[in-house]
Amino acid sequence: MRILDPHIHMTSRTTDDYERMAAAGVRAVVEPAFWLGQPRTNPGSFADYFDSLVGWEPFRAAQFGIRHHATIALNPKEANDPRCRPVLDLVPRYLDKDSVVAVGEIGYDSMTPEEDDAFTRQLALAVEHELPALVHTPHRDKAHGVKRTLDVVRESGIDPGRVVVDHLNEVTVAAVHESGCWMGFSIYPDTKMSPPRMVEILREHGLDRVLVNSAADWGKSDPLLTVRTGEAMLAAGFSEDDVDRVLWRNPVEFYGQSGRLDLSDVAGTGPLFEGSSILRGGS
Amino acid sequence: MEQNVWLTDAVGRAGTDPSTIVRSFASAGRHCDDPVAARTKLLLALPAEVLPHWLDDLYRHGDAGEKLAVLTALPELPIGDEAVPLLHDAIRTNDTRLLAAALGPYARRLDQHAWRHAVLKCVFLAVPLSEVADLDDRADRELTEMLAALRAEREAAGRRLPPDALRLLDPIP
Repeated sequence: MRILDPHIHMTSRTTDDYERMAAAGVRAVVEPAFWLGQPRTNPGSFADYFDSLVGWEPFRAAQFGIRHHATIALNPKEANDPRCRPVLDLVPRYLDKDSVVAVGEIGYDSMTPEEDDAFTRQLALAVEHELPALVHTPHRDKAHGVKRTLDVVRESGIDPGRVVVDHLNEVTVAAVHESGCWMGFSIYPDTKMSPPRMVEILREHGLDRVLVNSAADWGKSDPLLTVRTGEAMLAAGFSEDDVDRVLWRNPVEFYGQSGRLDLSDVAGTGPLFEGSSILRGGS
Repeated sequence: MEQNVWLTDAVGRAGTDPSTIVRSFASAGRHCDDPVAARTKLLLALPAEVLPHWLDDLYRHGDAGEKLAVLTALPELPIGDEAVPLLHDAIRTNDTRLLAAALGPYARRLDQHAWRHAVLKCVFLAVPLSEVADLDDRADRELTEMLAALRAEREAAGRRLPPDALRLLDPIP
């Protein structure tokens, strides 16, 4: 099994996690910029965080043979603090970096006017920098939040095929499927989504435009739940090629739209020797 | 390097409008087969009077690849001591690529105390000492004493110093 975890906060994880992930088949990760549990109070804190996402963390991942990419944005939660608004002026410079493969996480937390503004401006940055967008959906009032998210995406003019709407569940998947956006699912120990439920969603909605991630961070989470989902798919009768598609080729296709996904040396071949090894370049 | 239209254009613009180097320096890895060489060309194209400013800016705001390119280019650039603070920053990191690049020929501008500690850090992080410019000329008694102390710690823990460090402890007969 080869895995690209399309959403995992490695900054919050230990070297033990990197070792276990590499041993289980995780060859590449995408780490979205998000909040750190403790709210930040100034743009400098974000600059140091973004620097680590394009500096130290990729170096750390490489020690374990794992390729690390990042997405950069002012997250919705902290977009509400006026002291953090100037972060929006820092973001564009980071969007030019080689290992930055999307704008994210953007979207809604509490659906405030401030979040509206940050979301809209950063979708425009994605278009301007020819990058995909990773859109977080709120944990509270999720169904309403997803509907409003899709409205904003539509009005922005960005190609829906370059947007993933994340943290979906049984209630919210259909609307995103219909929109043409990619569907992201965060597999968690107790909450958002579980491997058996994920398998049922794949049965019902198919494998197209589906991204499965662990979203592991500083909370109760597990970086191997991508692997567990692959195992649950096999147990339910999906083929090894199906698993490769969901856990490797789909995220490679989505983030490959940036033209910056560099999987040289880690891609190898899929179970049917038709794995797409997207090398650096493209656009 | 093969003829690269993108690079030729970016080099030309860096000479006439230095601020354009911000974006070209960041994206050189996607346009050139050898990003370090390409970034060196971009830096060499900057007007000399603004070079220190942009070196500092590109390093401070650079990803690991950009920082590495700045450090690697330093010996080839027409500058004085202005970029020494960048070496101090690189030596503080634990990114072995940056540490090694900070100890190239430009490191002759580092004071001896900082240089010794940087060499010791190389040994500590298993960076080959062949990366350190002017090693044999510059190694002194104090560095030897620091390495001997590290060897004592290592041996107490049942570990050894790498051969390239041990060599510095054994004067040629």
